[in-house]
Formats: sequence, structure tokens, C-alpha cells
Amino acid sequence: MSGFPHRHLLGIEPLEPSDIETLLDTADGLKEVLDRPIKKVPALRGKTVVNLFYEPSTRTRSSFEIAEKVLSADSLSIATAASSVTKGETLLDTAKNLEAMNPDMFVVRHSAAGAPHFLARHCRSAIINAGDGAHEHPTQALLDALTLRQRKGRLKGLRVAIVGDILHSRVARSNVWLLTKMGAEVVLCGPPTLIPPGIEALCPVTYRIDEAIEGADAVMMLRIQLERMSGGFLPSLREYFQRFGLDEARVRRAKKDVVILHPGPMNRGVEIASEVADGPYSVILDQVTNGVAVRMAVLYLLLGGSGGTA
Amino acid sequence: MSARLLLKGGRVVDPSRHVDDTQDVLLENGAVAEVGGRVAARGAEVVDVKGLVVCPGFIDLHAHLREPGGEDKETIATGTRAAAAGGFTAVCAMANTEPVNDQAGITRAILERARAEGVVRVYPVGAITRGLSGVELAEYADLKEAGCVGFSDDGRPVADARVLRRALEYAKAFGLTLIDHCEEPSLSENAVMNEGPVSTWLGLRGMPAAAETIAVERDLRLAELTGGRLHLAHISAAGSADAIRRAKAAGLRVTAEVTPHHLLLTDQTVRDSQYDTATKVNPPLRADADRQALLAGLRDGTIDAIATDHAPHTVDDKKVEFDRAAFGVVGLETAVALCLDRLVGARVVDLPRLVALFSSGPARVFGLPGGTLAPGSPADVTVLDLQKKRTVDPERFFSKGRSTPFAGWSLKGWPVMTVVGGRVAWRDLKA
Repeated sequence: MSGFPHRHLLGIEPLEPSDIETLLDTADGLKEVLDRPIKKVPALRGKTVVNLFYEPSTRTRSSFEIAEKVLSADSLSIATAASSVTKGETLLDTAKNLEAMNPDMFVVRHSAAGAPHFLARHCRSAIINAGDGAHEHPTQALLDALTLRQRKGRLKGLRVAIVGDILHSRVARSNVWLLTKMGAEVVLCGPPTLIPPGIEALCPVTYRIDEAIEGADAVMMLRIQLERMSGGFLPSLREYFQRFGLDEARVRRAKKDVVILHPGPMNRGVEIASEVADGPYSVILDQVTNGVAVRMAVLYLLLGGSGGTA
Repeated sequence: MSARLLLKGGRVVDPSRHVDDTQDVLLENGAVAEVGGRVAARGAEVVDVKGLVVCPGFIDLHAHLREPGGEDKETIATGTRAAAAGGFTAVCAMANTEPVNDQAGITRAILERARAEGVVRVYPVGAITRGLSGVELAEYADLKEAGCVGFSDDGRPVADARVLRRALEYAKAFGLTLIDHCEEPSLSENAVMNEGPVSTWLGLRGMPAAAETIAVERDLRLAELTGGRLHLAHISAAGSADAIRRAKAAGLRVTAEVTPHHLLLTDQTVRDSQYDTATKVNPPLRADADRQALLAGLRDGTIDAIATDHAPHTVDDKKVEFDRAAFGVVGLETAVALCLDRLVGARVVDLPRLVALFSSGPARVFGLPGGTLAPGSPADVTVLDLQKKRTVDPERFFSKGRSTPFAGWSLKGWPVMTVVGGRVAWRDLKA
């Protein structure tokens, strides 16, 4: 069918540029379904998808659920608080029990990096990583790329600044892999306490946001979690916003047609000023819409067509 | 079984006496009776070891036998069988059992169990502090009298410098050696692997090599301050090896061990294996520069011994998310073969040096009997077949633990017979 040679989507790192092209092209094609009066196609009829979410999530989970419904898959979502996880069941036991009901796929969100790989090793079903610890969040990077491609017509040669808590961010890691594979020029920025060691092997790092934004085609702001102060990473949110936050004055250093991305949820006034988040260059809500299209594409390529992955 | 055992025609490698020659070894009444060319021994059981290597019995300075309290992970019966099958005639059993080996009664119970069910010598290691709490000293004199050969809170560091200072001072009265697990806990909190580029890409929390080296430097200063005898367990970082080398050059009475997994693997293995929990150990697998520094330390004498840090766990402890998995892998049944293949076979060290690292080196750390084939010493012998090829198969382990990063490795050079006190504890030889 599609020429998509993977059984699981565990991360962006293992993908070839051509795989990424295929995913984005498929998402572009499927996006049109969302504008139809009857938003449903039978592509995954008879397929069962389990959304297994071990971390709270609003955007990603609803996005997957809508994508599954539009493609006519049967799906159910399990959130940890309401499941037997609270009774002490292990991740593998939960997955094995669900698998005994013959689903075709698990969509997994987990706080432990590598949890989807662990399930992929021990389960029959196809696995989509919907975010694992600080490792990867591949569908987020894909929806970011789709948004950039729509706005800029290309990824190759774009200058993209990613600013904030790189250390704890799976979004940053997936984006670094994707954008560098596709020939974009990525620059990372944040306080040194929030830059992980060795990441400069893939793209330059600066501690000065003005330098990162200078001439950028796109700026991606990452969420600063409020508990980072107690961990000794930051002295105060006030100082963080002053030195690393994005306000209008700073946006002017970027290219005129810059776009501002944020994976959400935002902390207004911490990493991003409201006038920027709601400004004309903000594509934050486009990202959310594209999220559904990208997830439809991933589901379709892993499960659809010749029905390949059981 | 005959009280006299003659190992005939083997290549005797005994670094304690600088011997590397074809000789016969006669064991009699639990001791080495005679070593030389053509030893006549009427009435002795004769084992033809032509083409094999005969060494002083190997001693593992660092094993977790888990008994009492952790019998689902390992017992003295299974752990000592694993030791024998791995070529070890003696193991030092770490104190982090349940209850902790911090009282003479527990030491005696361990030794009693070892006499009844063990097949190799068990040397208990007592706790440095009661309950491994890092606060109050255990009763070293009592524990020594009961049979403890050294003291360690292994599994965790002695975090409080004042406590370690007092422990080193107090232990001097009884001529005891303390072993520290070097880790600055504020730098390793919640970490599950080495900190570096690999932890970055895996999104796992790392502990920097400095967390170990800071503790090593501190411990060396305390050894200098107190004049106490210090042994550093499972050294993994280049900076630690450098610090130990300098301390030894300055005349400090300090010794150090490394494990085969730190000598042979790096943190890249965690990535290549896609979060396989058999790569989760503490101290963690480090960068290749660290590994190279450890190999250099083996060659130049900075490192005194290779120890397994055999740390068996149940399948349930390991078959979980990487973050949640227990630290530690089994090592007794693979250590010697790994080193024969990857260190001697690859010409990193020569055979006599490797034998020293498994025999006379560890014996010296705690002043243990053995580690030599000098007449009169214990009749503990390890026999190696340098040509034997086998693949590491955890399903065939005597240990209850199955988690090893070396499963499936094809190795050349294996122990084939282990003799403890003149009795064959294990053999994989045609009669």
C-alpha cells in the first residue's frame, strides 16, 4: 500500500526522511475529510484501537480519539486513575489483559521513557508512542512539521528556534530529530540548567533568546513547569520570563513572516506573553487542528490499506 | 572422594609466585601439598588437565547472595553453585540482606547456611552502619570474630563524611577494611543511567560520572586523614581511576575493583538494546572514555581486582519499565569467560595478569587465605579451558537471576573445574 515500512511509531529518530514525507503527505490528504459535512471515512472499519494513557492529557488524547472516530476505528480510552493500575497492576499485565481482547493497536502515553518500546517488545499489537517521559512525542513533531510546511511551503532550510525547558521536553527531542532530518536549521535556547548534555551534537545551543530568534522563520516555545523552581533549575518565573520569555519586542527580531508555535498547555506570562500567543503570527490553534490530521495519517499508515499489522 | 587429588600436566599460572609453567599440583587434606614437574602421588585421584590452565582459586570480592531475606532472588545454595560454575572458589557476600548483616548472630547464621548448603567458600561482609542507615556504626569487632572479612553498606554509599571518617578510624583497631560504594546521592537522585548524550536522547534521567568521582575523592581524603584501610567497589568512571592512581602513587593504602560489565559495555548499550533493563546497573554503564580508562587501570595496577557485583533479581523486578526496574545483573557465571575472551583473547591483559585480578589481587584486599598455590595454602583451584567455546544462555544458569546484558554472547575460554578445599565443587570435564 503506502510504502510505510514500520510496524510501530515509537519515535522520530528511527524514521527516514522519506517516511516523514509520507506521513506528512498522507496527513495533508486526509485533512480534507475534517472539512466535510460528514466527517467519516471507512478506512479503519473493523479495527480496534486502545488509547492507554498513564499521564493526564487533554489535547493529545482527544486528538487521537477524534482521528480514530473519523477513520471509523472502534476505540476505547483508558486513563490510569480509573483503571486497575490503581490496584497495583503492572503496565505489562494491563496491556496483556487488554490484548486478550484482540485490539489491533495501542496508543500509549507514559511517564517512563521507553515504556512504548517495552510494550512493543512484549505485545503483538502495533504501538504508537503518544509521549514517553522525556524521550519522544513523535505525533507532536509531525503536527508541528505539517503546520510549518503549510505556512512556509517547505521544511528544508527553515531556521527554527526551540526555546525553553529542553531537558525535560520530549517535544523538543522529537522536533530536533524531525527538523534536522528534513534539512531545517534548528537552534535551541534555554538556561543551561535546562539544556541536556550532548544535544549540541545535533544542533547549536545558545543561552541568549535574542540570538536564537534572530532571523528565525519559526519559534517554538516550550512550557515551563512550575515545579522547576523547587528542583533548583530556576530562581524565579519572573527572571525566566525576562530572560527567556517571548514578548512582542523579541518577536520583531525574527523574520517578518515568522510563525510562533507552542505544543501547549501554555503558561501565559511565563514562557510566552499573551499578545504573542494570541498575535497574528501565532499558529498554535492550527497546530491543534493539524494534530488530528497527523494522527489520522499515522493510524492509517500503520493499520490501514492491506490491513498489515496484526 | 579421595583426600588426595592430583591435577596432572596442566599449565600452572600462579601470579603470586610468578609461575607460568607445566606442572602437577597435588592437593592433600584441604591444602596444597606440592606443585612441581612430575609429582608422584600414589593413591591420589588423578585428573588429567593437559591442555588446561590451573590457577589459584578465584575469589569474587563482591556478590549479593540475597540470603537471608531475598530467597526469591537467590540463596546461598544457588549463588554458590553459580559461583562454582563460574570458576569461583570463594565469594564475599554483601551485607544488604534482610535483616542486614550488622550483628554477629546474622553472620553466624549465614556461615552456618553456607556450611550446610554452599559449595564454595562464603566470606560474609558486615555492614558499616547498623541497618545500612548511614548513621550508627555496626559492631565491627563482634562481626569480625563471627567471620566477617570486610565491611560495606554496598547498595548505598556512606553519604555522611563524618560517619565514614569514624568508621575508618574505628576499624583500624581491628585491622579491618571498609568498602565504599562511591556515589554522591544528591547528584544521582532518581537517576537510572549514566548522564551524557545517550541519556539525553533516551530521555532517561542520568547520574553524572562526577557523582562517583566526587565520592571517590572524598573517600581518599578520609583514608589519608584516618590512615584507615579503604577498598573502593565497582569503579566505573575515568576520573575515579585517575584519583585512585594518584592516591596509590602518594602511598595511600587503598584498593579498587571493577566489574566485567563496566569493562566491556558502555551506556550506548542501553540505547542499542532499546531500554533493555538488563543494562540497568548501579553504578551505570558509562561512556567509552570511562571504559578505556578502566582498561588502562587494569593494566597499570590501579585496579586490584575484577569483581562481579553479582546482583540477582526476579523476573518481575526486571520485566517492567526501565525507570521502575531494579538495578543489577548477575555475573558469577559469565565474569571469567567474558574476561578470558574479551580481555585476554583481545590482548588487553595477559593471562597471568587476569589470573592475578581474580586471585591474588582480591585475596590481598581483605587478607584472605588463598589466591595462591603456595604449598600449605588452601586447596582451592580454578581450572580453565582456553579453547572451549560456549554461548551465554541464562536459562542454563545455576543462579536464580536471569538478567544479564551478555545473553547470547559467544565466548572462547571457560572455567571447567572448580576445586574447593581439595574437593571438586563443579566440573565440566570428561572424566
